[in-house]
Amino acid sequence: MNIQETCSALGLSDFEYDRILELLGRPPNYLELSLFSVMWSEHCGYKNSRPLLGRFPNTGPRVLQGPGENAGVVEVGDGWALAFKVESHNHPSAVEPYEGAATGVGGIIRDILAMGARPVALLDSLRFGPLDEERNRYLFREVVRGIGGYGNAVGVPTVGGEVEFASSYSNNPLVNAMCVGLIRTEDLVRSSATGEGNLVVLLGSKTGRDGIHGATFASDELTEESESKRSNVQVGDPFAEKMLVECCLQLLGEGLLVSLQDLGAAGITSSASEMAAKGGVGIEVQTDKVPLRESGMEPYEVVISESQERMLAVVEPEKAERVLEVAGRYGLVGAVIGRVANHGELRVKNGGETAGSVPADHLADAPVYEREVVRPSYLDEAQSFDPDDYPQPDDYNGTLLRMLAHPNLCSRRSIFEQYDHQVGADTVVLPGADAAVMRIKGTNLGFALTTDGRGRHCFLDPRGGGAATVAEAYRNLSCVGAEPVAITNCLNFGSPEKPEGYYQLSECIEGMAEACQALRTPVASGNVSLYNETDAGAVYPTPVVGMVGLLKDVSRHATPGFKREGDMVVVIGSGPGISLAGSKYLEIIHGRVAGKPPEPDLVSERKTADLVRNMIRSGLVDTAHDVSGGGELVALAEMAFAGGLGMEYEGDELERMIAGQGGGRADVPFFGEGAGDIVVAVPPDRWDELQAVLAEAPGYDQIGTVGGDRFKIGDIVDVSLADLREAYERDLFGAPGGAEVTH
Amino acid sequence: MRIGVTIFPGSNCDRDALCAVEQMGAEPVELWHADADLKGSDAVILPGGFSYGDYLRPGAIARFAKVMAPIEDFAQAGGPTLGVCNGFQVLTEAHLLPGALLRNAGMRFVCRRVRVRVETTETPWTSACEPGEELTLPVAHNEGNYFADPATLEQIQAEERVVLRYLENPNGSANDIAGVCNEGRNVVGIMPHPERVSDPVLGSEEGVRILRSVLAGARV
Repeated sequence: MNIQETCSALGLSDFEYDRILELLGRPPNYLELSLFSVMWSEHCGYKNSRPLLGRFPNTGPRVLQGPGENAGVVEVGDGWALAFKVESHNHPSAVEPYEGAATGVGGIIRDILAMGARPVALLDSLRFGPLDEERNRYLFREVVRGIGGYGNAVGVPTVGGEVEFASSYSNNPLVNAMCVGLIRTEDLVRSSATGEGNLVVLLGSKTGRDGIHGATFASDELTEESESKRSNVQVGDPFAEKMLVECCLQLLGEGLLVSLQDLGAAGITSSASEMAAKGGVGIEVQTDKVPLRESGMEPYEVVISESQERMLAVVEPEKAERVLEVAGRYGLVGAVIGRVANHGELRVKNGGETAGSVPADHLADAPVYEREVVRPSYLDEAQSFDPDDYPQPDDYNGTLLRMLAHPNLCSRRSIFEQYDHQVGADTVVLPGADAAVMRIKGTNLGFALTTDGRGRHCFLDPRGGGAATVAEAYRNLSCVGAEPVAITNCLNFGSPEKPEGYYQLSECIEGMAEACQALRTPVASGNVSLYNETDAGAVYPTPVVGMVGLLKDVSRHATPGFKREGDMVVVIGSGPGISLAGSKYLEIIHGRVAGKPPEPDLVSERKTADLVRNMIRSGLVDTAHDVSGGGELVALAEMAFAGGLGMEYEGDELERMIAGQGGGRADVPFFGEGAGDIVVAVPPDRWDELQAVLAEAPGYDQIGTVGGDRFKIGDIVDVSLADLREAYERDLFGAPGGAEVTH
Repeated sequence: MRIGVTIFPGSNCDRDALCAVEQMGAEPVELWHADADLKGSDAVILPGGFSYGDYLRPGAIARFAKVMAPIEDFAQAGGPTLGVCNGFQVLTEAHLLPGALLRNAGMRFVCRRVRVRVETTETPWTSACEPGEELTLPVAHNEGNYFADPATLEQIQAEERVVLRYLENPNGSANDIAGVCNEGRNVVGIMPHPERVSDPVLGSEEGVRILRSVLAGARV
């Protein structure tokens, strides 16, 4: 291979090769070129997204650590902090779904561990193509098995997440895993290497050939050849990870480590060069000291291997013996593989010879590409929408049941029951609610977690969709009674080298940034996954937001299910702005993804959400649920069968709504989306109290009463709870389903 | 009362069990898998998890752990011993309990709260329950499908050694068996996790009925 072919095989452009020549002042050897190729991949180097990411607000009163470390950290109170991050494992999951998803979970757990925190919760945002295709069913089934297989064994509960199906994700699933860890603020560790002469210790599993050039693979489009890159996908061992977690926590507890870093994409290369660059020092790695799983590995293979379940630590020489002793207690391999040096280079040595040497800050400083933002032509057509083209259904009972049975709205029970969501005995609100709620043992404190993504919305309106994604997460946390404090995000997009992809990326970020500012939820960490494309095109632009919130008294929380006969049902929000454009109703019942969904009104949404949270905190409300996909009727139905109690919608209020919001159509108020409303239920004897608080609401309507075993909406809908539940509680891994959708 | 909780490298409910023991007012004792004594424990709990990764068969390797030798002696001498989930699997592999736990009939991991009935209070781990009492307890396992040959099933039924029975069978267990005891009735294995519902903030304290039994027994 000549140099051009080598660069191309490694995913480096001519421009990037010239830049390397300029930086080094000499031609790199193959090992050095490999180091650049992995560190300058989009996955590690953020070369297309970095300028745009600067739009996000990163600071806030509770943010202890923003982007730039292994995870973001926010302060909880009473000396506690949460470390959290979401990360993608899309490409590996597309070719080897079980291991791809499993190692995605393993990787994000190590990011949290690298902050010194004990991982205590996992969430997953997933996207697949429609389930009527065999390949999509296979990917879905195996990804869910992989997440469970790893998370269940490692002993971190999977407490939440979300999933959607759309044809744009066929053969390019999205697998985003979020992990949250708990730590005392004084115990936070950083990843910067310091102290010339300190030792670099590799802990965990042995190093093999798995995942060579995985980061480069993850930064390319998926083609038919991708299947042949299965060997780029790593294999996970949750048992080793479990011991690695316990081992590192003990090492940190005994004060034995100077700094700690996980090994993820690009293996030792990435970890060592980041640790060196952050500390402004050099690191020398002896490849012949790395415990290997197989023989005959080249030095470059050793340093870019993505073998799982490994961590890199910087240790003072006199503490190394104890570090290796503790590793041995957990049955882990521990080895001194290098040392901190003052030359600022990542130097790879094999025996006495230097196999390659590159300034660490050059590796950490990938070139940045800024592109012109041009509005793509598809948007005009996609946004054109006239409700008159879509007739009202004749049978609203049947329409509601069809909606509830659709894979994009039905129960996620068949997924979350495959995940251990209670190990750790801290899960207060189990999956199925608007957000998961966890307690912090020995305190009254709690925290709430959600992940949200709105790919369809972002496709139709990238900026509005970006903002709505953050707003939805804010609403979800508020509905369980938590105060939202910060987000992490995973930006899943197509190729930034195509104008359409770059526009979507840039506009979604803009919308998210506006919402983060308005809702005061800064971005504490994040991850970018570009090139999510197949021969059939790009995925929906799908930024996933993972938001964390706090509860001062964890016992004061709310869940969606109705709790008492006779409770009054109240919808709180601004009301207008509701539309069928881009709604799930349009997708499920009319088979169309079209229209520009209403712009989120962030001021009004925040007011509504803050009001509901205060009602929950004061003990006035214990039943709350936000109106989201599927609209108000779906939200009410979910509250009904979650609580095993029916409800009756009052006729007068209904007529007013149909005439007002609906312009004469019932489907608009029933299934329209975009208002940012929240439904609550209270006993009649607390109605006066509630009304007093509602004076501050942007708007509200008392719409009906809880009771009986039927779901009655005036004389338009009348279904038994049993029928609703039967439609909703379907097994997503059973017979294929899902309506055809066209753009 | 000192209650020992075993910690195999892949145990992951050990901390929950230790915490629940402490909350009941007993003294929790960590029993590391490589230790060869029970540190004066008056009762022993083998918690849930994946003891040694469980790649071969749940509990198959754990039964050979160093800590299992004193546990076998303790159990055979009548010491109150409880295996929860993976702990139950370990106890069957160690032949301290009859039968085996196969892969769930649905071929999937299952995590949910299920209703069970207390079938006997004649064990140190159910003595504080009412006979026939119904409890709602969480299960979370991939291999909880209880199996034994017909003669054994008949025998444990005749000797009233079924401790808990599912009212809604989540895994295909023979005769809806969720827990059994040995002939001496001191060794009990159950698939549901009482330690996960032992605090009102978690929505239920029904697991305390099981865990408290052993304390009540000690005070008699």
